[in-house]
Amino acid sequence: MTTTKIQSASTVSPAPTGTGSRGTKVLGGFALVFLAIAVVYGLFISPPDAQLGNTIRIIYMHVPTVMAAYLAFIITAVSSGMYLWKRTEFWDLLGSSAAEIGVLFFAVTIVDGALWGKVTWGVFWRWEPRLTTSAVLLIMYIGYLAVRAIPADPRTRATRCAIIGIVAIVNVPIVHKAVDWWRGLHQGKTVLGTIDPEMGGTQLFAMYSSLIAGLLVCVWLLIHRFRAGFLAERASDLGLDQALEERRLESSPATGEDA
Amino acid sequence: MSAIVHLRSAVALIGRFPALAGVDLDVHAGEILLLRGPNGAGKTTLLGVCAGLIGLSTGEAVVLGEDLTKNRRAVRRRVGLLGHDSFLYQDLSVVENLDFWSRAAAATVADGRAALDRLGVASRLFELPVHSLSAGQRRRVSFAAMICRRPELWLLDEPHAGLDSAGRDLVDGLMSEAATSGATVLFASHELDRAEHVAHRSVTISGGVILDETPPSTETRAEL
Amino acid sequence: MSQPGGVLGDALLVARKDLLLERRAKIGIGQVLPFAILVLLLFAFALDPDRGILKLATPGLFWVTVLFSAVLTLQRSFALEAEDGILEALRLSGMSPAGIYLGKVTALTIELLLLEAVLVLGVAVLYDTKFLGIPLLFAIALLATLGIAGAGAVYGALAARLRSRETLLPLLLLPLLAPVLIAATRGCEVSLEREAMSGWPWAALLGIFALVYLTLGSFLFRPLLEDA
Repeated sequence: MTTTKIQSASTVSPAPTGTGSRGTKVLGGFALVFLAIAVVYGLFISPPDAQLGNTIRIIYMHVPTVMAAYLAFIITAVSSGMYLWKRTEFWDLLGSSAAEIGVLFFAVTIVDGALWGKVTWGVFWRWEPRLTTSAVLLIMYIGYLAVRAIPADPRTRATRCAIIGIVAIVNVPIVHKAVDWWRGLHQGKTVLGTIDPEMGGTQLFAMYSSLIAGLLVCVWLLIHRFRAGFLAERASDLGLDQALEERRLESSPATGEDA
Repeated sequence: MSAIVHLRSAVALIGRFPALAGVDLDVHAGEILLLRGPNGAGKTTLLGVCAGLIGLSTGEAVVLGEDLTKNRRAVRRRVGLLGHDSFLYQDLSVVENLDFWSRAAAATVADGRAALDRLGVASRLFELPVHSLSAGQRRRVSFAAMICRRPELWLLDEPHAGLDSAGRDLVDGLMSEAATSGATVLFASHELDRAEHVAHRSVTISGGVILDETPPSTETRAEL
Repeated sequence: MSQPGGVLGDALLVARKDLLLERRAKIGIGQVLPFAILVLLLFAFALDPDRGILKLATPGLFWVTVLFSAVLTLQRSFALEAEDGILEALRLSGMSPAGIYLGKVTALTIELLLLEAVLVLGVAVLYDTKFLGIPLLFAIALLATLGIAGAGAVYGALAARLRSRETLLPLLLLPLLAPVLIAATRGCEVSLEREAMSGWPWAALLGIFALVYLTLGSFLFRPLLEDA
């Protein structure tokens, strides 16, 4: 059963004017700081790679976005499982917000991977394991969003999305395995998507700060998206009291007393 | 007599629309209760709640001793629902449908055939696909699929609709038989003349709530 | 909450009913199979049989055709369940959801295997394929089909009540089945001695996929049936 709260106008507090709070401002501040460090070290201070030159710098964006995307999808998967168990709105909102953010980060990952490919290999797309897997996963989660967008009963919509969330995440390692075996036949691993263990000094520092920056941005976006979704649900609920009244008034005046 | 159906302040939402807006209802064993009300009043939803198909968002619902707010699934095997949809596979024949649905409900194929006989479905129709039957014949087959489960609570949504006069008499007879053998019947109908003769009691639902009750007429009260 | 036969009894009942429905409605033979043959023909038109591409690409084309046919079969199978209140009737029957799921998967697997058998003939004739490594081919076909049916039944049920199911089901299902396509194609290439390596790891991957999704589907079918 959906846990709808019936609030009458007199008891509800004035609606918040935004999804920000002290917490998110602090978080956002930290994210900006780490972003700044990552940009400075990544783009300027750290040395270019011996073989790949300055193009290696894309890694400071590519790795964080792909990590953030995976984190988001794991959150979706866990939330989906928790929703099917507990059936509370919190888990549904968390899962769907995380899925949106995950799709965003995955799209960015693919775009910057393609850009890097253009600069190094001369082509926007190569069927290398990372990009291929990302493309498949991206489409799977776009499917999640497509189903989310279908108007339905809250419980129905949440159940459908929870099922997709679980089915999709289980597929991730399988897709990885299949694609790695397949593409691994024809070419070796590329640098893309891995943290080269030979990185030292400023490169490693740039890598870690960009990683932290990416994760902070992801969490910040997630909190805002979650709150926006929460407010949307509350807005729909406020209509319930009124709907109940109107419904009861449907009883014809001749016979009816309201219940 | 404890109540077979007990609803208190039952609110059922379809999406965000309150189809039931606070229903109070008690139905006792062996009763035949007529549910009257205009279109859109909530009759179909009420039957769905009693069948354990639709959940409540607030309120109490106890049917056949099962608390539906805790577990809706337990009661389903024990009720029979005759709805607006046929609940039949159009491409399968009459007997193929009955064989499947009776066995699905842990009844036997023989129960299914007996039900078809009871509903007056001619045996020449047995092998025909359901889509080739007339609406009235299909209704009888749906009814048969319901009674072969031997439900303790009958939930009928306009059982007379689509049937000829003989069919309607048959339905009245089935309902009375069910009640005398201990089952409880809750049926929604617009056929008020006929329905009031067979029902022990009637309630009116409108705007998602029960409005009033009609006390049993003297003849039917004697049969209770 | 299930009958004396339990989950397996329910599964057998549902599987028989589905196969009976297929025999009556003849969707597989009448519509999906001609479609599949047509796809094989279209590939031949597009890829010019004389240039040798068709021969090289045969395993891939075969499995792509199977995937498209599977989507059609699933759509039809679940569309029937969404009509006439059948889903409500299934919930009312008290059959175990896992049993209903496994029954549908069984029927789907049988229907798809039969389709594949005919397609194999089609491929042998139209693309002039020689078959070697038969045990591996069988294993791959069986495991891939189980995986397709298992995962397909979950999404098929989910999409059943949606008006946009014709576009949504492929969008949801085909990316999910990408590993099946990869593994089945590579495995068949090995089997046809196009690749010099062992094909059994691919069969193992298909087996894992099938096992994972059959298990997941059995658990997820109850919320699917109730709420989705």
